[in-house]
Amino acid sequence: MNRAAIIDAGLFAALVAVALVAQAAGEPFVITLATKAAIFALAGVGLNLVLGYGGLVSFGHAAFFGIGGYVAGILASHAMSGAPVATFPFTMQGTNEMLAIWPMAMAVAGLVALAIGALSLRTSGVYFIMVTLAFAQMLYYFAISWPAYGGEDGLSFYVRNTFPGLNTFDPIQFFAIVAVLLGLALGLSALIVRSRFGLALRAARAAPGRAVAVGIRPFGIRLTAFVISGMITGLAGALYADLNRFVSPAMLSWHMSGEIMVFVILGGVGRLAGPLAGAGAYILLEHLLGGVSEYWQALLGLLLLVIVLFAPGGIVGMLNGGRGR
Amino acid sequence: MSALLELDGVEAAYGPVQALFGVSLSLAEGEVLALMGRNGMGKTTTIRTICRMLPHLRGQVRFAGRDLAGVPLHRAAQMGLGLVPEGRRCFGPLTVAENLIVAARPGDWTLPRVTEFFPRLGERLGQAAQTLSGGEQQMLAIGRALLTNPRLLILDEATEGLAPVVRQEIWAAVGRLKAQGMSILIVDKALADLRGIADRAVILERGRDVWTGSMETLGGDEATRFLGV
Repeated sequence: MNRAAIIDAGLFAALVAVALVAQAAGEPFVITLATKAAIFALAGVGLNLVLGYGGLVSFGHAAFFGIGGYVAGILASHAMSGAPVATFPFTMQGTNEMLAIWPMAMAVAGLVALAIGALSLRTSGVYFIMVTLAFAQMLYYFAISWPAYGGEDGLSFYVRNTFPGLNTFDPIQFFAIVAVLLGLALGLSALIVRSRFGLALRAARAAPGRAVAVGIRPFGIRLTAFVISGMITGLAGALYADLNRFVSPAMLSWHMSGEIMVFVILGGVGRLAGPLAGAGAYILLEHLLGGVSEYWQALLGLLLLVIVLFAPGGIVGMLNGGRGR
Repeated sequence: MSALLELDGVEAAYGPVQALFGVSLSLAEGEVLALMGRNGMGKTTTIRTICRMLPHLRGQVRFAGRDLAGVPLHRAAQMGLGLVPEGRRCFGPLTVAENLIVAARPGDWTLPRVTEFFPRLGERLGQAAQTLSGGEQQMLAIGRALLTNPRLLILDEATEGLAPVVRQEIWAAVGRLKAQGMSILIVDKALADLRGIADRAVILERGRDVWTGSMETLGGDEATRFLGV
């Protein structure tokens, strides 16, 4: 294992260790914090695929996060009320089975990513940032003005969805589910980045013109990456809804897009475990500084500034001694 | 026998500025053709037109019996046009191995064959391309094009800006490719080096082909008139 892989594994082990120690010490709140960090990390893993490896600055990943959340929330609330989700073209019932909700959340997020990507990837640079932001804001305002699922007030569903053989209400068991999914997503990311597809994605980032000249079509590669990215972030959204048993338009807002981006930049753009380090640091700061002052985000901003100016590789880059990826 | 590459009265423009006013040339399978001319006479524009980076306005570009009009850029590469662009354009952050395999397509040229052809690349497979010397980057650009298993290799100013000893290394590699039967279209200013490798030459002047013939018949007269040497 090279140094980068050791750092990635170490960060993941640290997250699991925090949850296990908290469990042993009887601190369920800390387990919930670790779970939140893992979910944010998962959302960041999705964004990192396009932002870190594709060089595509998506400022609209809250759209996928929120869609994942709403799919979970809508299915769960229908399961609770017994009313079908849809009666046309076929009757579709709600469900509170995580194993049914996850694929649905990922599929819907993926389809929306396909539509947003197909349109936004025709632009680049600052226009791409603005177009992705605009799409996410469209969904945000739609959610606010759609009364069926709570509108501005959001949607509560009281009971956490179920997973066969586990008690999802037990913080450590829910954490285990999230941690396994995060591990799988990190593994998938590592595979993608090392594959021919991942190479083409990075080549198109380094020099799109040269990539085309050797027979790579950046649009198709980027769109595929964008869809996979949206699906991973959508899954994170579904888990986040389950963690809080609540979804609201805030999950779709540009603040959320910004936060997901902060996880990636803080942790290290284009570093496998960057989003994990970033989300962990974010939750830690929120918890430690949030108690001291409600203006803790000003300090976060300062930290972000320092990272961008002096350690562009983020936390993972610093741990790696500024070496290559 | 029909030519592998055939240009017939090709005209092309950058927006309102016309750069090619009728270029005709042909290249047979296994042939090495030199495209020559002074700066600004349309050599790189001709190559850009062949590789579909620039659409032609009039005339015809045919490659392997197919009309290239309307063929998108990435398809041209997939059809077998292997371009080594001007200025040694590698994917800087990717490693040498990654640069080589990113665009690879199945065929006779495999990674082991390329590293055997350019042993210096074989020694540096794990190194980022941007840390290579200029000559090594040029070898990498050629190696990357070879791994796409092209039917025609296009070298645009492959030796420009390199130290004399490195240039000789690149020329030697081109010579070995020729010996292996590769069809090559080569743009370069080094007439003396081209004499040893090219079969024929086409000279461009102000966007037109003004002289075509075998390298032996390219005398000092034409060289002075069209190439300024």
